[in-house]
Parts: sequence; structure tokens; C-alpha cells
Amino acid sequence: MTLTSIRTRAETPAATRASAAKVYTPYSGWFYLPSAIIYGVLFIVPTFASLYFSLTRWSLFESKFIGLENFKLFFSEPQLVKGFTNTLIFAVVTSGSKVVLGLLLAVLLTSQIVARGYLRSVVFFPVLVSTIGVGITFTVLMNPDHGLINGGLSALGIDGPGWLTDPKYALLSVAAVDIWKGVGLATLIYIAGIVSIPREYLEAARVDGASSWETFRRIVLPLSRPATVTVIILSLIGGLRSFELIWAMTRGGPGFTSDVIASVIYKQYQAGFYGLSTAGNVVLFIAVTAIVLPLSYFLNRKEVDL
Amino acid sequence: MSTAELVNHKPGRNYLLSAVAIVVSIVVFIIPFAFIVLTAVKDRQQAASLDFSWPHQLRIVQNFVEVVKARDYMLVIAFINSTILTVASVAGMVVLAAMAGFVLQRRRSRWNGFINFLVLSGLIIPPAVVPTIWVLQKFGLFKTMPGLILIEIAFGLSFCVLLFRAFVATIPRELDEAATIDGAGPLRLFFGVIFPLLRSVIVTVVVVQSVAVFNDFTNPLYFLPGDQNATVQLTLYNFQSQFSTQYNLLFMNILLITIPPLIMFLFFNRQIVAGMTSGAIKG
Repeated sequence: MTLTSIRTRAETPAATRASAAKVYTPYSGWFYLPSAIIYGVLFIVPTFASLYFSLTRWSLFESKFIGLENFKLFFSEPQLVKGFTNTLIFAVVTSGSKVVLGLLLAVLLTSQIVARGYLRSVVFFPVLVSTIGVGITFTVLMNPDHGLINGGLSALGIDGPGWLTDPKYALLSVAAVDIWKGVGLATLIYIAGIVSIPREYLEAARVDGASSWETFRRIVLPLSRPATVTVIILSLIGGLRSFELIWAMTRGGPGFTSDVIASVIYKQYQAGFYGLSTAGNVVLFIAVTAIVLPLSYFLNRKEVDL
Repeated sequence: MSTAELVNHKPGRNYLLSAVAIVVSIVVFIIPFAFIVLTAVKDRQQAASLDFSWPHQLRIVQNFVEVVKARDYMLVIAFINSTILTVASVAGMVVLAAMAGFVLQRRRSRWNGFINFLVLSGLIIPPAVVPTIWVLQKFGLFKTMPGLILIEIAFGLSFCVLLFRAFVATIPRELDEAATIDGAGPLRLFFGVIFPLLRSVIVTVVVVQSVAVFNDFTNPLYFLPGDQNATVQLTLYNFQSQFSTQYNLLFMNILLITIPPLIMFLFFNRQIVAGMTSGAIKG
């Protein structure tokens, strides 16, 4: 519509000669330039360089091509493999929990409930707080002997485990804190999705005598699908890349039982194995792409079918 | 107001549900924050027991002074560094992403598909850390504040471009045409006419990105190491080992660096919510 109006104006006799030489547009291509330079030099170039440097033994000054050795090493060291599987577990657990809890909280927080504003604020606030601060706080709260969590549990007669010191629980404890911190964002996205459902559908359902459960199951759940897609994709990307919380709470420990790829990358970087560290980056890159792209394609295609 | 209130239309049930929700929210969300505040104002001995008790003596001022003075006023330097980093990189993101988002929305060319692909890549692909350090070193920007500012801009651009592009679509094109007929060039059109109209989305970007940059730990850790260059998040990380037994000071430090996001939250609560949802759904 607007495009054609420009064109018709350009074809008035007076402008024809000018436009024949060059069509004038006020949307200059060089507006991209500053962004393109910064983004290209500091993001695109390193991304492509990582593909090469992951195949080398590298000291930042000189690199020696060694083929796929770094990747072989990565997948033969049990602790590095552990980092890989932990990353997948962490991402799936946090993402799945955020979908379920976010949806439940959003339904609760859009219903007629006392203190709705307070509850919305209190659920969302942790999203804004420093991840490291949250990590340190929960490390203290999860202390097996003095921590508030086990203190509270023992008051109820339950013997709490060593949340961060027991290899069985360390990764899942960090995942729980990640959910605590991030569920507010998922809730927010679901609230936006639920609020945009046309009232008529819900009224029609009520007139037809549908129960709350049926209304939720048949109307709210399918119609908040775009929100679900967003929450899944966002939290999967975040979960696969997760570093700060794990670093603040366990440093990948005890042993290397809660290491994820991002903490492996940092440890190898600290130890001076730049090639290996970069190979870790490439593994993360491939994992994120291999999971997120097909999933978002699949989820978005299904959405059109509805 | 909301649609889902119709879902729970049995009025009696809501009071019980509300009571349960409030109690759970206090246990799950309020107690951890209360714990931070209480521990931050205790004396060293009482803080070490890590319990949830009222402080024997309130040491608000003493603890505050001790944290600020620790390690040659490191926290003060860190606050200055973090402020410079946040202001400069968010300002850069806003201007550059607004320009790019504007042209990307308005101008139809065969490059659009490719540019959109690049923007989405920036959201999905994890940055390659060591090669980025390598590039920064080539330009002499490694371990410098300008280097870190450029990094934050590069990593934040994608999200901002998406927000701006979506918002520019709501500004009528007739406005551009009118300005162009009145003789405005590309620069005047953008900075004189369009940019002021982007106000609401600019506020959103500023709030969301300044919280993100201020709270960022990973990028300063990699790209700006060294005590002199510490940002506020790194002071926490340094303090953790130094004051591993001085929990009162550690938590006072956590409390202090939570204040800027808290202020943002209090002033822009509504705006953050609106911006994050629109950005997230469109992203």
C-alpha cells in the first residue's frame, strides 16, 4: 500500500527524469554500517575463526593444525563428556519446569486472586537480580549443616541431603535455583499470552457449561501455544549456555559432577588450552543449533496448522 | 479485568487459593531476600551461624563502611566502572540498533532475508570466547573498557534490533514521505522525526539492557580481567573468597549491588513487563 504510493509519486512527470538515474530513498543503507562493523568484527569473525581454531593447538599467538584431536579429546575425557550430558540435562530440566510452572503461575496470576499485583511483582523480581548474588545466597541457604533449607526441613522431621555437596543432587540443585530465578520471565510471557485470548471464547465456554478444567484444557492451553514456543526456545537457549549460576554455586563440583559445557570452556581457557576451549565452544554451538533450530521449525509449523 | 478470571469463576475458592499462594510466595521468595537483608546488618559472629534470626545489634552503617572500604575502595571503583560500562554500551545499542531496525523495516531489498538471518543468529549462537579475545588483542582492545563496551554492544544488538524493527512497523510511512517532501535528508528524517517517536521502545530497551549489562558477569570475567577493572559483579566473586567467613560483609555487598536493579524495577515495573513480553513474543 505505502510502497505503491511512493512509486506512483515517483512516476509523475517531474520526477521521472530524476528517478530514471537513481531512485531516491530516505532509508540509507549506511545506517546498517556501524552495527554491521561492530557485530561483524566482534561476533561473526570470532564465530568463523572458532571453526578453524578448534582444529588447532593454540597459544593465542601461534596455532598448529591438529585436525579433530581436540574433539576426540573432548569426547574421550569422562569429565568433558559429563559436561556435555549435564548441559543437556540442565537445559531440559530447567526449560520443562519453566513451561509447567510458568503456565500454572500465569493462570493463577490472571485469575481473581487477592494480592495479584504483589504476587506478580514477587515472582518477577528475581529475574532482575544479579545471578551471582542469587547463586551465593542459595549456596548459603543450601548449606547441609547450617543452611536454612535443611533447617526448615528438619523442623518438619525431614533429613535434607547435601544439596550442593552430594554429587547426585548438585546439578539438580543448581537447576532448581535457575528455575527459581527464571520462572518469572516464563510467567510473564504466559500472562501476555493468556490476556490476549479473546474473552468471547471463555464466555462461550462458560455458557456451554464447561468446567474450569475443560476451559483450561480446550481453550487456554491451545491458545497460549505461541507463548509456550517462546518459553521453550528462550529457556532452552539460556539453559544450554548457562554458566554464571553454576560457577557461583559449585564451580562444576563436587569433582566435575555439575560441570556444563560453558564451565568446561572457562576451565580450559583458564588452564591455557585455548584450542580445546574453542572446541568446547564449537560443540556448544552445534548442540544449540541442532536442538533449537529443528525444534523451533517444528513448533512453529505445528502452530500454523492449528 | 483479565480473561482468565472467567476460568476460575467460583468465587468462594479464591480466598483459600489466595492464602495458599501468599504463604508459598513468602516462603519461596520473600524469605531468601529477607535473609540477605538480615545477614547484611548482623555482626560477624552472628552472621557466621547463617540462621534466620533478628540481629543482636544492627550494624548497618559499620558493615556498609567496611564493605565500601575493603581492598582500597574496590567497590567504589567497581561501581564507577559498571556505570560507565552500562551507560556507554546501552547508549550505543539504542542508537545503532534503532538505525538498523528502522532501515531493516522500511527498506525492501534482497538483502533483508540475509540481514534478518544474521540478527536471529545473534540471539541463538553462543559467542566464541577465545577467538573474540584474539580479535580484541589484534585491535589492542583486550582488557580495556572500550573493548568490553563494544563486546556488550555486539552481543546485545540482535535483541534490540528485533524490538526496534517491530516498533517501527507501527509508525506510518506517510510521516517519512511528508518529512522527505519537506526536504529532510536521511539523517534528519531519522534523528529529527523517527527517533523521538521511538520513545516508549527506547525506554524498554534501556531498562532491559541496562539491567542485563549491569548484572553481566561472564563478559567482564573474560574480556576485562584484573582487580583495577572490576565491575560490581566481579567484586562479589572476589569477595566470596576473601570474606568466605565474613558473611555479613558478603551479603551487604550483594545488597548494595542489588539496589540499581531494584530502583529500575520500582520505577519501570510496568514498562519492563510490557517491553519484555512484546520483545520475547516477537523474538
